[in-house]
Amino acid sequence: MAKKKENRVIFTKQMKKEYKVLLPMMLPIHFTLLEGLLKVEGYDTELLDTGGNDIVQEGLKGVHNDTCYPALLVIGQLLTAIKSGKYDKNKLALMITQTGGGCRASNYIHLLRKALKHSNLGFIPVISLNLSGLEKNPGFKLGLPLILKMIYSITYADMLMWLLNQVHPYEINKGESKELVHIWEKKLLVEFTKSRNLQYKKVKSNLHLIVKDFAAIQKHDIYKKKVGIVGEIYIKYARLGNNDLEQFLLDEGCEVVVPGLMDFLIFKADNRVVDIELFGGKKLKYKITKWLMEKFIVMQDEMIVAIKKNSQFRSVARFYKLKELVNGYVGQGNRMGEGWLLTAEMLEFIHMDIYNVVCAQPFSCLPNHVVGKGMIRKIKDNHQDANIVSIDYDPSATKINQENRIKLMLANAK
Amino acid sequence: MYLGIDVGSTTVKLVLFDKDYQIIYKKYQRHLSEVRKTTIELLDSVNQFINKEEKLNVCLTGSAGLGLSKDCDLPFVQEVYATQLIVNKKIPDCDVVIELGGEDAKIIFLTNGFEFRMNGSCAGGTGAFIDQMATLLNVSMEELDKLSLAHNKIYTIASRCGVFAKSDIQPLLNQGARKENIAASIYQAVVDQTVAGLSQGRIIEGKVVFLGGPLTFFKGLRDRFVISLTLDEDKAIFPEDAQYYVAMGAAMYAANEDAMLFDQLMENIRNKVSDNKLTNTFNPLFANKENYDEFLARHQKTKVKRESLHNYSGNAYLGIDAGSTTTKLVLLSEDDKILYEYYTSNHGNPVLVIKEQLQKLLSEKNDKTIIKASTVTGYGEDIIKTAFSIDFGLVETFAHYLAAKHFNDKVDFILDIGGQDIKCFRIRNNSVDSVILNEACSSGCGSFIETYAKALGHEVKDFAKKAIYAKQPIDLGSRCTVFMNSSIKQAQKEGAAIEDISAGLSMSVIKNALYKVIRANSADDLGKEIVVQGGTFLNDGILRSFELEINRKVVRPEIAGLMGAYGAALYAKANCPKQGQLISLEKLSSFIHTTSNTTCGLCTNKCSLTINEFDNGKKYISGNRCERPYDNTSEKLHPNLFKEKSRYLRKLVPKKGSRGKIGIPFGLNMYENHPFWYGFLTSLGFEAIISGISNRQLYTKGQHTIPSDTVCYPAKLMHGHIEKLIDKGIKEIFYPCMTYNFDENIGDNNYNCPVVAYYPELLYANIHRLKEVNYHMPYFGIHRRKDFEKKAFEYFSLKFNVTKKEIMIASKNAYAAYEKYKQFILSQGEKAIAYARKNNLQIIVLAGRPYHIDPEINHGIDDLLITYDCVVITEDCISHHIKKQSLGILNQWTYHSRMYNAATYVTTQEDMEMIQLVSFGCGTDAITTDEIREILEKGNKFYTQIKIDEINNLGAAKIRIRSLLAAIENKRSKRG
Repeated sequence: MAKKKENRVIFTKQMKKEYKVLLPMMLPIHFTLLEGLLKVEGYDTELLDTGGNDIVQEGLKGVHNDTCYPALLVIGQLLTAIKSGKYDKNKLALMITQTGGGCRASNYIHLLRKALKHSNLGFIPVISLNLSGLEKNPGFKLGLPLILKMIYSITYADMLMWLLNQVHPYEINKGESKELVHIWEKKLLVEFTKSRNLQYKKVKSNLHLIVKDFAAIQKHDIYKKKVGIVGEIYIKYARLGNNDLEQFLLDEGCEVVVPGLMDFLIFKADNRVVDIELFGGKKLKYKITKWLMEKFIVMQDEMIVAIKKNSQFRSVARFYKLKELVNGYVGQGNRMGEGWLLTAEMLEFIHMDIYNVVCAQPFSCLPNHVVGKGMIRKIKDNHQDANIVSIDYDPSATKINQENRIKLMLANAK
Repeated sequence: MYLGIDVGSTTVKLVLFDKDYQIIYKKYQRHLSEVRKTTIELLDSVNQFINKEEKLNVCLTGSAGLGLSKDCDLPFVQEVYATQLIVNKKIPDCDVVIELGGEDAKIIFLTNGFEFRMNGSCAGGTGAFIDQMATLLNVSMEELDKLSLAHNKIYTIASRCGVFAKSDIQPLLNQGARKENIAASIYQAVVDQTVAGLSQGRIIEGKVVFLGGPLTFFKGLRDRFVISLTLDEDKAIFPEDAQYYVAMGAAMYAANEDAMLFDQLMENIRNKVSDNKLTNTFNPLFANKENYDEFLARHQKTKVKRESLHNYSGNAYLGIDAGSTTTKLVLLSEDDKILYEYYTSNHGNPVLVIKEQLQKLLSEKNDKTIIKASTVTGYGEDIIKTAFSIDFGLVETFAHYLAAKHFNDKVDFILDIGGQDIKCFRIRNNSVDSVILNEACSSGCGSFIETYAKALGHEVKDFAKKAIYAKQPIDLGSRCTVFMNSSIKQAQKEGAAIEDISAGLSMSVIKNALYKVIRANSADDLGKEIVVQGGTFLNDGILRSFELEINRKVVRPEIAGLMGAYGAALYAKANCPKQGQLISLEKLSSFIHTTSNTTCGLCTNKCSLTINEFDNGKKYISGNRCERPYDNTSEKLHPNLFKEKSRYLRKLVPKKGSRGKIGIPFGLNMYENHPFWYGFLTSLGFEAIISGISNRQLYTKGQHTIPSDTVCYPAKLMHGHIEKLIDKGIKEIFYPCMTYNFDENIGDNNYNCPVVAYYPELLYANIHRLKEVNYHMPYFGIHRRKDFEKKAFEYFSLKFNVTKKEIMIASKNAYAAYEKYKQFILSQGEKAIAYARKNNLQIIVLAGRPYHIDPEINHGIDDLLITYDCVVITEDCISHHIKKQSLGILNQWTYHSRMYNAATYVTTQEDMEMIQLVSFGCGTDAITTDEIREILEKGNKFYTQIKIDEINNLGAAKIRIRSLLAAIENKRSKRG
C-alpha cells in the first residue's frame, strides 16, 4: 500500500511498473498523442473517452453540486470507471491536469481526492499533470526531454486540429481529412518511440508536411458560416462537457473554428511573467519563465510559417498579437481561469472576420462573469457585426435550450 | 398561402397568410405538453381554408417547435428571428421588441445596432412564472390580473425563479399582505427581471413593441412595463394579435422554404417518428406487483390510534402547524390518541383557515373535554399565536423531532419534505444535533410536484400513483424548476409517458434532497433509524425512490403530513400550563382581523411593515427585522461586530484636499480595504468619498448594466455604487484590480476570488456612463509593500503628478490605517467575547466575507441574532488564533483562510458556534462550505449555513437560527 505524505497518496516508482493510469479525455487529438507519449515512457495509460448519464450521476454524488461542471464531469467519469469493475482498484492510478491560480479550478485535484475518500477509494493515487512543479511524485517525473516532447505534440495536435476544422466541412471524399489525422497520429507516435530525443528540425519539417497533406485534399468550393468557439477550457474542448457542440454546429452546416491549446500554455506562462511585472517577484523566476514562454512561442511561429508557406489556410494569430487585442478591455494581469485570453480569442475571431461566436462556460463560472459575459457588451459596442451567444453548461441544463439559443445566433449569422 | 406554426412551451399558435401576408385564419391553444396532438388539432381546424391541390409554404417556430420540426422533417425558423421579420414588416419604425412567452423572455433591439437577448439558463419572469404565482395565490391568471389593478403598494419580490419568488411571497401571504398588492408586485418582478436580466447595459427607449401571450392578456402587466420604462403612450405599442406575431413571422419566413401539399404536411406530422430514444432512465420503482404489495404492507404498520372527538371526555392538547403552504391541526387525548385532525392548503390566508377549524373543533367537542394547552409551530407561528392566544410557539424542527421520536424511539435521522421546505435533522444522544434546510435555489419539494401535476393536467394524487407503474422513469436532473421544465419537454419529445415523468420527478425530488440539500455520500451518512415525514412523503413514489436510492428501509408514519402539528400537541401536553389561554368559542364568533401597511421609521432599515390587528386588541407586525416596532425601544446593546465594523468605517469622513474629490465604490473588497485606501488617498490630498451604504434603490439603479445574472449579489451591487458616484458629480473614480489580497500567512496563497479581483474591468466595459469620468482601475498588489509603493508611484505620478515622497508618506499612512482597523477588529472581538462570558450569552461567529457586513447583503441577520440574545462576532477577529493549517483543499483565498481558521478555533471554544453566510452564486463557497462543515462537525460543533441573495426575507434564516439555538440549548441541558 502506498505511503501517505502531505495528505495524499504518492505515486511510487513501483506503481509505475504495476499500475494502470487513467486519464480523462479533453481534446481528442492532443490527448491521443499525450497518451501515446506516456506509453512510450513506460506508463500503462488509458485515455477515458466515456460518456453517458452515469458519469453525471456519479459526479453529483461525489462533489458539491455547486462546483463547476467540468470538475463534476471529470470526477464523475473517473469514479464511474473505477466502479465499473473493469480495472483492478488496487493497481490503479488517476491522472488529471492541474493549473494553479485563483480560479476554483485549481481545486479539482483536491475535490477528486475528497470524492475518492468518500467512496472509500482514498488509497488510489492521483497524479497531477502540470508544468508548474505542483505536487511531485517519485513515480512520475517530467524530465526535460519529456516536457519537450509534450510541447512538440501539443504543437502537432494544434496544427492537426486547426487544419482538420478548415478542411473537414468542405472535403469531397467524406472522411478523408479525419483519416489523414489518424495517419499522422500513428506516424508521430512511431517517431516518439524511435527517438529518445526529438529533433527540433524534424518537428519543423513535419509541420510543413502536415500542411501540404491537408492542402492536397480536394474540397468543394462552397460558402459556409464560420462559428468560433471560446470559453472555459474544458467546456470549450470536451464533447462530454459541451454536449458535442462541434458536431451540432457541423450538422447545422457551419465551419467550426477552435483556438489551439498552445495559446493557453503560453498564457499560463505569461501570467507568471506579468504577475512579477505588476506586483514584483524574483528575477530568476521571471527569467526562467520568460525563457520557457519563448520556447512555446517559437513553436507557434513555426506553425504560422508552415501554414503561410504551404497553403491558403487561415493562420493562427501570434500570441503577442492576442495580447495586444485586449487593450482597453481587460488588463494583462487578469489571469484567473482563462483570463484575458478568452476575451482575446473572441476579438481574434472578429479580426479573422469570424463574427459568429459561441462563448461556452459552466453555469456560474466565476472568471467568465468578467472575461466572457462581462466583455460581450463592449465587444459589440466596438464591433457591430459581432454575433456572440453565451451558453451555460451544467448537469441539468438541457440540450434543447442550448441548441435553441445557438440556432438564434446562427439565424443572424452571415 | 403561407402557414406559420409557433409551438411554444405552453401553447401552439397557428397563422395562415394569403399571398399578401394577410391573415386568413389564426388559432391559439394550450398544449399541456402534448405538442404533436395539439398541432394536429389546429391543422385539422385550418383544413377548410386550404386548397388541397395547391402547394403551400409552411414553417415551424418556437421552443418546442425545434424538436417537432426535426422529427417531422419540416422547415424551422428560430423564433426571435421570426419575430424580427414580422415586426420589421408590420411596425417598421419600432426600436425595441419585448416578448414574453410561456417560458422564454426576449428582447430585440432593432435600431442603433441590432441585438437580441433571450433569457439564459437561470430564468424566471415568464408566463410559466406568473402561472405558478397565480397558483400560489389560489387564483386564476385572469383573476390575478384583475387583482393587480387594485393595488396600492408594491413589494420587492425576487423574480429570478419561481422558487425564489415563492419564498418572498409566502411570508407576505402568511403575514396578511393584501393579495392585490402581491399581484401587482408579481408583475413588477417580471418587469424587473426582463429589464435587468435582458437589457444588459442597453437602454430600452424609443418605440417599444410588446408581444406574446402574457403581454396580450394581462393589463396589469402591461401597466407595470409602461410605468417602469417611463414610456409615453405613443411609444408603447401593444399590437393587435400580439400573441400571434411569432407564428406570423414563421409564416413570412415560410416563403423561403420549399412548398408542400397540405396532405403531405399532415402525413409528416402524423406519422413521422423520431428515432430518438429515451436516453437517461432509471429502473422501475417496483419490479412487480408483489414487490409493491410488500411495500404497502410494511408501511401500513405505522397507524395511529384515534378516538371520536364527540365521545371523548377528558384533557386534550392542541397542536397547530401553520406551514408555508398548508395548515395542519391535531387534537390529542391524554393517551396520545388523535381526536381531531385537519390538513389543508391555507390558500394564502392561514388565519382564516385556523379560525374556521377552531370554531368547528370547539363546537364539536364534548363539553367535558378541556383543552389544557396549545402549541403552534411553522412559518405562521407568530401571527397565529397572537391571533388565537396560543400557549406556546415552538420552532418547527423540534416539533418534528418530538413527533418522529414517538414513532421510533431510536430515531437518528429525520427527513421531512413539506410543501416548500426540506428539513433534515440528525439525532445524537437524544437531541437534535444538526439541522439542514434547503436553500432558496433548490426546489424539489411538494409544491413543486403539485405545480407540475397541474401543468400536465392531472390531479396530484393520480399523478403520484402513476409513478408506481412507470416502466422507464426518466432522469430529469435536479436543479430547479426552470431546468426541470425543459428536461420534461425533452423527455416528452423523446416519447416519455406520463408515468415515467411522474416517477422521474419522484426520483428528482429525492436526489435533490440527498445530494444537494443533505450533501450525503451514502446511506451511512444519514443514519440507521430513519423516519421520513412531511406531506410529500405520502406520495408512495417518492417514498419508494428514497428507499431505493439509499438502499435502506425507513419508517413513514401514517400521519406523515401532520407530524409538525402532532409534535406541537405532544409538546403542549408535556409542558402543560396551569391555565390554557386558547381563545374561546364566543370570542371566535366575533373575531376580526384587519391588516394595514406602513413603513417603520425607527432606524435606517426602513422596513416595510404589515400590521395585523385582532379584536382582542393584540397586534402582530410583520416585515420587521427586529423587535423594535413592537415595544418601540432602543436596540439591544449586546456587542455586534457587524455593527462595530460598519461604525468604524463610517467614521472615516472625507477630508477636503488639494487634489479634489475621488470616489470609491463601497462594496466587495473595497469594504475591508477602505481604511487602507482612505488613508492612502487622504494623505495624497484627495477627498476620498464613498458611494454610500448599499440599499435596494441603489441596486435598482445599476441593475440594467449587469451582464451576468448568475453573479453574486455583492458584485451586482457594484453597478449601483458606480451610478451613485457619478450622480454625485464625482469626476475621478478609484477601483483597483487586485489579484491578491493581504497575505496573513494563514493559507497556501492569498488570492482574491476572480470576481472580486477583476470586477472593476467588468464595470468599465458595461457602464457607459463611466466614460463621463476618469475611471482608475490599475492593478495593485498591496501584499508586497515595497512593490506597491513603486507601482503606486508609477501610476499616481503619471495621472496626478504625485511625488515619490508623497507616495511614501501616503503608503505609510495606508498600511498604518489598515493595521489600526485590524487591531480595532481584534480588540472589539475580545471585548465582545468577554461581554458574552460575563453575561453568560451565546457567542455566534457570523462568518462570511468582509463585505457581508453590508446591511443590504446580510438583510439584518446580525440584528436578528442579537434579538435572540446572542453576541455576534466575525471570523476575522478570531482567525489569528490558529496557525496555517493543512486542509483537504487548496487553501489559497485570504477571505476563505480566515473562515477555516475561525472554524477550527470555534471547535476549541465551548460557548461559540459558527454560522456561515454564503452569497447565492458564489462559486468558491462550493468549496468552503463542505470544508467548514467538516472542520466543525469533526470538532462536535453544529454547521449552519445561511444563503443570502437579493431576497429580503428572513423567514428561512429565522428557522435556522432558532433551530440552532434550540439545539445548543438542548446539548447544554444534556450536559447538565
